[in-house]
Amino acid sequence: MSYLLKPKVAHPGLPKNELGLTRRDYEGTMSTLCAGCGHDSITAAITEACWGMSLEPQNLVKLSGIGCSSKTTAYFVSGGHGFNSVHGRMPSIATGAYAANRELQYIGVSGDGDTLSIGLGQFCHAIRRNINMLYMIENNGVYGLTKGQFSASADVGSTAKKGEPNTQKPIDPVLTALSLGATFVARSFSGDKEQLVPLIQAGFKHKGFALIDVLSPCVTFNDHEGSTKSYAFTREHYHEAVHTDFVAPMQEITAKYAEGEVLPVTMHDGSQVHLRKIDHNYNPVDRSAAYAYIQRKLAEHEFLTGLLYVEPTVTDFHDHNGTPAQPLNSVPYEKLSPGSKGLQKILSRYR
Amino acid sequence: MPDRAAQERINDFAIKIATVNGTGSASANTLLMKAIFRMGVPVMGKNYFPSNIQGLPTWYEIRVTKDGYVARSGRIDIIVAMNAETYVRDLKEVSAGGYLIYDSTWPRSALLKRDDITIIGVPLAKLCNENFQGVRARILMKNIAYAGVLAALLDIDMEKLKELLNETYGKKANLVAANLKALELGHNYTREHVSCPLAMHIKPLDKTNGYIMIDGNTAAALGCVYAGATVGAWYPITPSTSLMDGFKSFCDKLRVDPQTGKKNFMIIQAEDELAAIGIVLGAAWNGARAFTPTSGPGISLMNEFLGLAYYAEVPAVIFDVQRVGPSTGMPTRTQQADIMLCAYASHGDTRHVLLFPANPEECFYLTVKAFDLAERLQTPVMVLSDLDIGMNDWMCPDLEWDDSYKPDRGKMLSKEEVLKLDKFFRFVDRDEDGITYRTLPGVHPKASYFTRGSGHTQYGGYTEDSTEYQMVLDRLKRKFGTAARMMPPAIIEQRGPFEVGVVAIGSSDGAVREALDILKARGVGVNYMRIRAFPFGREVSDFFDKHEIVFVVEQNRDAQLRSLLTLETPVEKTKLRSILHYSGLSISSECIVNGIMAEVGEGRSRITGAAS
Repeated sequence: MSYLLKPKVAHPGLPKNELGLTRRDYEGTMSTLCAGCGHDSITAAITEACWGMSLEPQNLVKLSGIGCSSKTTAYFVSGGHGFNSVHGRMPSIATGAYAANRELQYIGVSGDGDTLSIGLGQFCHAIRRNINMLYMIENNGVYGLTKGQFSASADVGSTAKKGEPNTQKPIDPVLTALSLGATFVARSFSGDKEQLVPLIQAGFKHKGFALIDVLSPCVTFNDHEGSTKSYAFTREHYHEAVHTDFVAPMQEITAKYAEGEVLPVTMHDGSQVHLRKIDHNYNPVDRSAAYAYIQRKLAEHEFLTGLLYVEPTVTDFHDHNGTPAQPLNSVPYEKLSPGSKGLQKILSRYR
Repeated sequence: MPDRAAQERINDFAIKIATVNGTGSASANTLLMKAIFRMGVPVMGKNYFPSNIQGLPTWYEIRVTKDGYVARSGRIDIIVAMNAETYVRDLKEVSAGGYLIYDSTWPRSALLKRDDITIIGVPLAKLCNENFQGVRARILMKNIAYAGVLAALLDIDMEKLKELLNETYGKKANLVAANLKALELGHNYTREHVSCPLAMHIKPLDKTNGYIMIDGNTAAALGCVYAGATVGAWYPITPSTSLMDGFKSFCDKLRVDPQTGKKNFMIIQAEDELAAIGIVLGAAWNGARAFTPTSGPGISLMNEFLGLAYYAEVPAVIFDVQRVGPSTGMPTRTQQADIMLCAYASHGDTRHVLLFPANPEECFYLTVKAFDLAERLQTPVMVLSDLDIGMNDWMCPDLEWDDSYKPDRGKMLSKEEVLKLDKFFRFVDRDEDGITYRTLPGVHPKASYFTRGSGHTQYGGYTEDSTEYQMVLDRLKRKFGTAARMMPPAIIEQRGPFEVGVVAIGSSDGAVREALDILKARGVGVNYMRIRAFPFGREVSDFFDKHEIVFVVEQNRDAQLRSLLTLETPVEKTKLRSILHYSGLSISSECIVNGIMAEVGEGRSRITGAAS
C-alpha cells in the first residue's frame, strides 16, 4: 500500500471527550506532505477542534478538490466519509451532498489555487447559496504539486523561489466572500493553533457558509526571503483584530473579560462565540466597515486575522428551498411516488 | 387544377404551417393537433423552430396518419403560409396535388403560382383587424383564425376545438370568448368562400383510445418523479430545459407535504453544467436519487466529472437531449450525434452505460430503469434522447405503473450489516461480479471510506502501485461486462428469413418501421433490430451473425453508432452499411427507403428474399 496507516496505540492516560473518545480517534492516515508544511498544523487544529467539541466522527463529511491542501481530508477523522473530487469543484459536491442530507456536518478543505483560480466560480456560488459548511482555504500563494507557480492569491511584488516577482494583483478570499454576502468570514494563520481551534469550532456551529482563510506557508516553494506568504513574513505582518472564544451550549463561561470588551454572538444551536476585540477600531458585525478596514490594512501589508465578520441568524440553502427537517435521502419512497392511481389523474391532462 | 379524385386522401396527409416565431402560433398548432387526436385519428406533430425569441421563421408539421406512423413521411400535402418571408420555399415544398393556404389580405397571385397545386386565399389579417383591438391581439387571433380555416377545409370537429379552448383558457372568460370568435371568423369565411371540405380531409376514427399525446421531456420528468428522485441540478440549455420545468411542475403538485407545506425535492439551478453534474454526484454519493438534464454542450463540460463518477463509482442519471452539433450547432434542431462522446466520456479508460429511448413512452420507463441501473452498477447512466423526442408531442400508449415497484438501491450496506463485518472495504469484489458494496456518510465510523479520483486500492487507499491500480481498473471492466447482462435488450423484429437487416436507435425507430412497411410492399424484406442500450447484449452480435448486410440508420454525419458497433462487437466492418441523416430535421421514412433501395433494390434482390 502506498499510503500509511497510523498505528493505533491507545495510551490509557489519554484524555477523553464527552463521547469517551481520545484525540487519536479523530486522526486519519499519515500525512504525505513536506515536513514543516503549514497544512499539517491545520490538520492538527481540525483534529483538536473536532475532538474538543465531541463531534460524532461519522457525522463529519470531508470534501476537497485537488492539490496539497485537498489531500489533507484523508489525514483527519478517519471515521467520517471523505470525498476528494476534482480540481476546483468541491463546492458543487458539497452542495449536492448537503442537499441530500442536511443533518451532517460538512467540512471542505481547499487551497488558493483550487478556490481562487480553477474553482472561483463554484466558490462564489456556494457562498451565494449559503451552503451550511465550513470551508477552509489553506492559502500559501503557490502551486506546490506542480512545483512553485504563483497562485491567484500571490501578492504583487512577492517573488518566486528563483526570484521572479509577481506583478498581477491578488484575489483576496476574505474580501471576495464579504462582497458576495458571506455570513461567517475569518482569517487565521496555520502557526496560531490557539486562534484556529475555536475559529474552526465556531465555523462548524455557524448555520450557513463559514469561510476560514488560513495563511499556511509552503516550506518547499514559498518560504524564502521575498515571499509574502513565508513563515517569517506572515508572523511579522499578521495582526489579530478579533479573538474568538468558542463556548459550547451549557458550558460555563470561565474566561474573564473587562466590561465592554467582549461581543457575545449566539449561534443557532445555543452555543456562543465570544468576539474579543484586540483592535479597537474594528467592528466584526458591520460588513462594509469590516470590508473597508481589511482592505486598508491589506494595502499596508497587514493581514487582519480572527473572525472578521459574522451574521449569526441567517436562513440557509434548505430554508430557502423549503425542504423538511428530514433529510431528502431518507424520505420513504411511498412519499415520493404518486402510484398508479396518481398516474391515471396525471395522464388525463394529455388526452 | 388537379382533379379531385387524385387528391382524395382521407386521414392520410401532412400539413405544414409556416409562421413567424414569437407570434403565438404554437398554441394554435397544438390546438389543431389535439382536436384531430380527440377525433380518434392518429396524428404526429413536429415543431421546427429557430433559436430565437421573436421574428425568425418557424414551421409546425402535423401529419394525420390513420396507420399510426410516428415519423415524417417526407411529403407535405398542405402548406399554411402565414409568413410572407418564406412564401417562395413554402410554395416549392407542397407535393403535386396539394394545397397552399395564405393570408390574402395582401394578394400575391403573381408570386404564389403553381399549376399542380391549389392556392386558397383567406384575408385573415383583414378579418382580425375588423374584429379585434390592439396589435398583439390581432396577431395572436390570426393564428386561431387559421385554425378555423383548417377546421372548415379539413372537416375538423368544431366542438372538439371549442372544448379544447375552454379547457386551456377556462379560467379567463374574455380569452375564451376572443379565441372562439377568431375560430368562427376563419371557419365561417372559409365555408362561405371555398367548397368544403377539401378532397383531403379528416373522418373520425376510434384509434386514439388508450393513448396520450406527450413529449419526451415531460415523460422523462414524470419518470424522475416515479423513480423517487429528490435532487435535480441543471443549467438551462435547449432542448433539455422543459425536462426540469416538467419535474418542477409535477413536484409542485405531487411532492409538497399537504400538512407542512415542505418540499420533498430540491431543484438547483447551477452556475454551469460543471456544477450541475457535481451537485448530482454529491447528492447521489450521499444517498439521494439525483439527475441532471442537459444537451451536447453540457455533456462536453461534464466530461471531467463523468470520469470521476466512473472511477470513484458514484451513481448518477444524466439526460442528454441531443441537438445539432458540433459546438453550438443548431440548438433547436435534432440529431443523434453525441453517441461516441457519451460512450467514452472523459479521459483515461472510461466506458459508460447509455440508454436510447425511442419515444416519450420509453422516456418514462427507461428513466426509472436508469435510476435503478445507476445505483445497481454504481456508475453514471446517460439517457440519450433528442430534440425530436424531447420537445415534440408524440402519440403514445397510456403509461402504466406497477405499484409493487421498489427502487433498486443496489449494494448499499446498512449500519447493522456493516457492524456484522470484520472490516468494511469499499472496493473489494466480494461477489465477483465487479460490483462492490457502498455505504452512506453518517452511518457508523466503521462504514466510512474515502472516495477519490486518484489511483486507489481495493481497500480505498491512495496508491501509485501498478498491481493495486490495475486490480481496480480490471474490476471496473468486469463490472461493465456485468452491466451488459442487465441492460434492456435490443428489440428484434424477425420479419422473415431475410439476409438484410436494419439497425437503429432512438427516434429513428418510427421512420424505420414505416420504411419497412413500404419496402415490404415493394417486395423487399428486411429484419429490424432496435438497440436500446450500451453496453450491447449478446443479441446484438447474434443479429449481425444472422444477416449478410446490416444497414445502420442514424442521425449524424460520421456514423457514430456504426463506429461503436464495430468497436464493441466482433462484427466485420464491411457488413455494416450506413444510412445517415443529419439535416437537423428528424429522419423520414423516405430517406431510409431510398438508402436501402439504392443498395439492395433492383438487381440486388437475390439477397432480400421474398417479402411475404
